Amino acid sequence: MDKPQFVYVTYILTTADKVWTALTDAETTARYWGRSNVSDWKVGSAWSHRLPGEAPEVVGEVLEADPPRRLVTSWSPASKAADPSRRSRVTYEIEQLGEKVRLTVTHTELTEEGLRDISRGWPAVLSNLKTFLETGRTIPDPFSNMPCQEKAPA
Amino acid sequence: MDLVFKALADAGRRRLLDSLHATPGQTLGALTEGQQMTRQAVSQHLALLEAANLVTTVRRGREKLHYLNPVPIHAVQARWIAKFERPRLDALADLKAKLEGDDDG
Repeated sequence: MDKPQFVYVTYILTTADKVWTALTDAETTARYWGRSNVSDWKVGSAWSHRLPGEAPEVVGEVLEADPPRRLVTSWSPASKAADPSRRSRVTYEIEQLGEKVRLTVTHTELTEEGLRDISRGWPAVLSNLKTFLETGRTIPDPFSNMPCQEKAPA
Repeated sequence: MDLVFKALADAGRRRLLDSLHATPGQTLGALTEGQQMTRQAVSQHLALLEAANLVTTVRRGREKLHYLNPVPIHAVQARWIAKFERPRLDALADLKAKLEGDDDG
């Protein structure tokens, strides 16, 4: 296993199934993440991260899917989809601990550029996800620092 | 949130977080090397930081790697800092760092 560059953990008062849905449902991700995660979430399928109705900003492949426990995806900026050196890997681990869920997001194989953008994005996404699942509310303003690595070309 | 503030209310623990921010994924041994503390003291501080969810650990073989987990700090920020204030606060923090050469004030 490659040594992870970032490991983010949040504890959420909810169920593992709800966390799985919140990570994989296009409509739900749009509400707290500001972008939709779109895929059928089968191993080998493509996934993308995009503003509803717009071109993808992040693209990748579903590498592992074990609902509602574990999801592994590859990540590339859409404009660098063909460049394997810009491909990173995101692992979501969902553990039910009594009435709480421990959600761990591990990001590995990032380049320097990717690192800079990611390190500002994930804490915002995860703290908004927690607020969303626990209260049904989100921070009204969408994020300016999304972990998108790079904007898609216009 | 009490645990987060308690964990942050110690200069030694803040230095450990600085060290993990600079170099993610350190072992206890590596973390102890950079500090003026015994291995046991570092280990106790890490336990407190882990209880506050400010540090998270990953097992890799026989090693235990430590990571700064900034999610709870983001929650503190999101609670009291409105998005429109952020650029001005960033500018003030940059100015302070430039003038004082130190951001641990």
